[in-house]
Amino acid sequence: MSASAPIIKIDGISKSFGSFKVLDGLSMQVMPREKLALIGPSGSGKTTILRILMTLERIDAGHIQVDGEQLYHMERNGQLLPADERHLARMRQKIGMVFQLFNLFPHKSVIDNVTLAPMLTKGMPRAAAEKRAMELLDMVGMADKAKAMPAQLSGGQKQRVAIARALALQPKIMLFDEVTSALDPELVEEVLNVLWRLCAETDMTMLLVTHEMGFAHDFADRVLFFDRGRIVEEGKPDEIFRHPKQERTQGFLKKIIAAGHRV
Amino acid sequence: MTQWSGYFGLILQGALVTIELTLMGSVLALFMAFLAGMGRLSRFFVLRALATVYIEFFRGTSIFVQLFFAYFVLPFAGISLTPLQAGVLALGLNVGAYAAEVVRGAIQSIGREQYEACTALNLGRLQGMRHVILPQALLVMLPTFGNNAIELLKATAVVSLISLTDLTFQAQVVRAQTGNTMVPFTTILIIYFILALLISWGVRSLERRMARGLDGVRV
Repeated sequence: MSASAPIIKIDGISKSFGSFKVLDGLSMQVMPREKLALIGPSGSGKTTILRILMTLERIDAGHIQVDGEQLYHMERNGQLLPADERHLARMRQKIGMVFQLFNLFPHKSVIDNVTLAPMLTKGMPRAAAEKRAMELLDMVGMADKAKAMPAQLSGGQKQRVAIARALALQPKIMLFDEVTSALDPELVEEVLNVLWRLCAETDMTMLLVTHEMGFAHDFADRVLFFDRGRIVEEGKPDEIFRHPKQERTQGFLKKIIAAGHRV
Repeated sequence: MTQWSGYFGLILQGALVTIELTLMGSVLALFMAFLAGMGRLSRFFVLRALATVYIEFFRGTSIFVQLFFAYFVLPFAGISLTPLQAGVLALGLNVGAYAAEVVRGAIQSIGREQYEACTALNLGRLQGMRHVILPQALLVMLPTFGNNAIELLKATAVVSLISLTDLTFQAQVVRAQTGNTMVPFTTILIIYFILALLISWGVRSLERRMARGLDGVRV
């Protein structure tokens, strides 16, 4: 695959929950190493895209290519068949996700949270998994809490552990779903600093759904503004935040600024 | 004046049989509970159907009749069981049916976000169940398992009817030999109560041990 080919290629996907159409014929592409911010009002479908990429939701129509391969389809003798669990498991290796509410395993210590998946899915021996986990915990500034239980951590600390846990599987693509939305304001910074560090030290592709407009502006290579299951506007952060062309984008940003967010 | 010490010895022997029955019955019940409880949640219709039939049948018929069936009817099918085997089988299958619903409910009480974390970390269904869901669900099951174990203990009294020399059987022996009803039955009443208390305490300390350092999991 050449460096200029998109790592994610979404082609006309639709998704409904009951009679509510969340995504409606959506197409978009993401380039390798790109940092993409997805913004928009709640219910606009931005989180659903991340959940679909992580295979937590299935699509009703359309195609998705990840790293040159179909995500929800398998090619067999030139035909596209629905993906089976084995295909999905192989595709999931390319993708990691961090959740708004951390979703740590409450019965496992910090380090066990990080080592569980590499040991189970990659057959990594415990010693190697722990060594790698300590490096990652060090990177997110949580090495001194390796033996702690999640219940003993603050929200920001939990989220940094969740990031280390996702990184342990060495995904090419990381999905961040409102990772600071559940945090007290003074804890937001420590999580965002970890994202900056990831950006500097890895070449992962990153998709962020976020309400931190200031961060999205500084961090993202490209911003997509979603409304009602469609991309209303996209462009460089400066274009979207300083000179939005669409009325809906302008209206959304105005509301966000009125709510006290820095842009 | 009746020579009570010998009779108390008899009753204590009965207590050992009751304890043995309770332990063995509990092991079988626990095994059946996980088998049927997880069977109810299976993707495969046949497993779901088998689990449902087992649970409904053993909850819906009397333990008394089940025991008699195991001991008196199975021999006609060429399966002869000792009283102890019949007792363990009937008690384990009966209480296991109740406990299966506890297993199912506890597994279903674990939040969707834990399953989603498993998917995001690419754990297989069984891996997620074994390492993430069940350890948390176990804590939810424990208090009700304690109830089930006490129910099982009390239900062991029915085995005296198939001549197994448990507490209740021995009390009747003592009553027949001494003509005294109050002493033997008061004694076994107290012993049953003490055994039930021991189960309660055991389960509660197990709960405390497992809940250490956890939050977000109901205790």
